[in-house]
Formats: sequence, C-alpha cells, structure tokens
Amino acid sequence: MSRETLNARRLLCPLPVIRTQDRVKRMAAGEQLEVICTDPGVMQDIPAWCRINGHAVLETKTEDGEYIIVLEVGE
Amino acid sequence: MSEQRKAAALISGGLDSMLAAKVIIEQGVHVEGINFFTGFCVEGHTHAIRERDRAKPKRNNSLWVAEQLGIKLHIVDVIEEYKDVLINPKHGYGSNMNPCLDCKIFMVNKAKQWIQENGFDFIITGEVIGQRPMSQRKQTMPIIARESGADDLLLRPLCARNLPETLPEREGWVDRAKLFGFSGRSRKPQMELAQQFGFVDYAQPAGGCCFLTDESYSAKLVDLWQNRGTKDYELDDVMLLKVGRHIRPKSNFKVIVAREEGESRFLEGYKKEFTSLISSSHSGPLALIDGEPTDEDLALAGRIIARYGQGRDAEQVDILVRSQKGLEQTIQVAPFAPEQIAEEWFV
Repeated sequence: MSRETLNARRLLCPLPVIRTQDRVKRMAAGEQLEVICTDPGVMQDIPAWCRINGHAVLETKTEDGEYIIVLEVGE
Repeated sequence: MSEQRKAAALISGGLDSMLAAKVIIEQGVHVEGINFFTGFCVEGHTHAIRERDRAKPKRNNSLWVAEQLGIKLHIVDVIEEYKDVLINPKHGYGSNMNPCLDCKIFMVNKAKQWIQENGFDFIITGEVIGQRPMSQRKQTMPIIARESGADDLLLRPLCARNLPETLPEREGWVDRAKLFGFSGRSRKPQMELAQQFGFVDYAQPAGGCCFLTDESYSAKLVDLWQNRGTKDYELDDVMLLKVGRHIRPKSNFKVIVAREEGESRFLEGYKKEFTSLISSSHSGPLALIDGEPTDEDLALAGRIIARYGQGRDAEQVDILVRSQKGLEQTIQVAPFAPEQIAEEWFV
C-alpha cells in the first residue's frame, strides 16, 4: 500500500485541511496519506473533512508536540 | 425523470448559509459547499495560538455545517487573490477595514468559476436583504449578481421572494413558492426556520466571519501599512496581527510582545524572519521586532519587554537579542515602569 507524507507543520487551520484536500485530489482511492501538523485544531478538522468527503481516518496520534493523522483516500 | 440539478453553496459556518443550503437540499437539488479562506477568516487559526484557548472545543464551523447538512465541502485558498480585494476595494471599506461588498462580489465570482469548472448549475448564498449594513442591502444585491458575473445564476433562498426571479426559479429547478422573503436585521425568522429543520446547535458569530470587521485588528493593519509605506501584506503579517501586544515606540519598528506561553511558542516559529528578544536573567515573554531597529531602538525594545517579565521590578535585566541569522548578543536594560510606556505606543 503506497503512503505519502504531507508536511503541514507551522500551518494553522484551515490551511492543513486545504493542503490535505489538495494532495488527496491527486491521489488514487486506497492510497494513504500521513499528515504531520503542529496546530492541534487538525485533530478535529481533518477527521471532519474526511467524514464529509468519504475518506477514512486510519490513525491519529500526538508525538513530540506534533499531531499526526493517517488517512486512506476514499472512492 | 428529470436530471438532478447541482448547486454550490457558499458556506461561512454561520446559520444563514446553513439554512440557505438546507432549503435547496430539501427541494431535491444536489448541493455541495464552498468555503473561501482569505486569511482573515475568524474560523481560522486563532484557537491554535493562545494557551487559554487550547481547552476550548476547536471546531471549524464550515466543516461542522457541511457535516450537519450531509454535503461535501470544498475549502478554497484565496489568500493571494484576496489581497487585491482588500488593498483596492472598488466599493470602499465598511466601518473598519472590511471591504464587505467587494469581498462578496469576489467570492461569488470565484463560485461562478468553480461551478463552471465542476459542472454545477447555480450558486446559493445565505444573504438576507438588510441583514448587514454594507453588503446585504436591497441596492447591493443586484450589484453583487452583476459585478460577480453570476447574474441570474445566483440564488438567495432566504430572501429570494423579495428579489427578481433567477434562472433556477424560472427553469423550475427550484420552487420559488418554497423560498423565503426574509429582510431586515432581525434574526427571528432564521431562528424559527432553524427550529423547523431541527437545528439546535449553530454558530452565532458576533462580528461576522472576518477579522477585518474588528476595530482593533483593523487599527493594527492600518498601522502596518502606514509605517511600511506600502499597502501590502503577507500571510505571516495577517497571523501576527492577531498575536501579542503590538507596541510601536517609533515609526521604524514595532515590538510584538507575547501575552502568554502559547503566544511565546507561536512567535518562536518566526525567529528566522524577525529579530527576537527575551530576558535571559528573568523569565518573561518572547518578543519580535518588526522593522529596522538601531542599537538604541533595541535597547528601548528591551526596556519594554523587561516590563512584562518577572524582572519588572529589578534594577537591571539581561535581554538576549537574536538576529534573523542567529547572531546573539546580550544587552542590559532597566525595565520601564508601566507609565513610561506611552499609551499612544500601543497599536
């Protein structure tokens, strides 16, 4: 399974959501994207964006002050 | 069976755009939301900065509204294009630096481009005649439709019955009889409609959805333009105007002093773009210098920030000055007493 990484550090919401949205547009269904952020707001916003746009959140975690979300692109 | 029509709804995250979209969804139209991010949106980033706000629920209302409505939401970055709207508004500013009418024209125009690129039929907004003093007036409704280029593809479901028929109504894509004729500043009709739809939780932004309607924010923006001698800005400027105390003792520089731990952490991220100061002998806030300070100015800035740290009552405080390139020097300053920081220095 191919996985891409998106560096969204230092961006404040909704920019991490916008960058995620723009990256996902170029990816195929089933591919995974790991988004690394420093704005805690992403823990709400990216999962909400995934729910309304049909993508699956596989994992959310906090590591060393960074917020990491792994999603799988939907159909 | 007739083809299902598709509408793009401008979703701000507030109640009116939520209701407008819902009214059209109820008529069997396929609706998707668009939210434009100008950099000044209240829905944006402030909650990430201040420590005291970290415990508050951090929801983006436009995403939340889309989820309540069960529609997709497309968030569009218009930061660069929006500069021209703010810097050169054809219709001028509102009570602060809010170019509301030009902003609405710009957004509807962008929505028009979006529907053309994505195969949608028309545009919906939550505008109500008389709801807002600058952009939502009877006279401005046709100006927005005309100057945006959307013309009769622009439908305002909450006040449509006070306006001429639009294409979606004439073609029977929507039933005009099921649209509304709201007008005026009262929120009562919207609240009643929300109740009918079963919406009990919705955002009620006090000053609209834009920082430019805020007097204090606008004053900082005007100060920035005046002292730089040019009416321009970058996204970092937009962010920094929301953070800290902005103190301008002289026209060639200002000091941005963090008000608490969260702001200090946020300003840390700008140490490569700005000269920064922090007390090394006592605990205290981080400050950035915006401008071209002389050595004498740095000493003045040091005295200001010393006043906001634990060394405020000390005779002397050590201030670590770090340049954008990382060169460090320590200066000794006597903290200002509160009354020595002139009121007019506060932007």
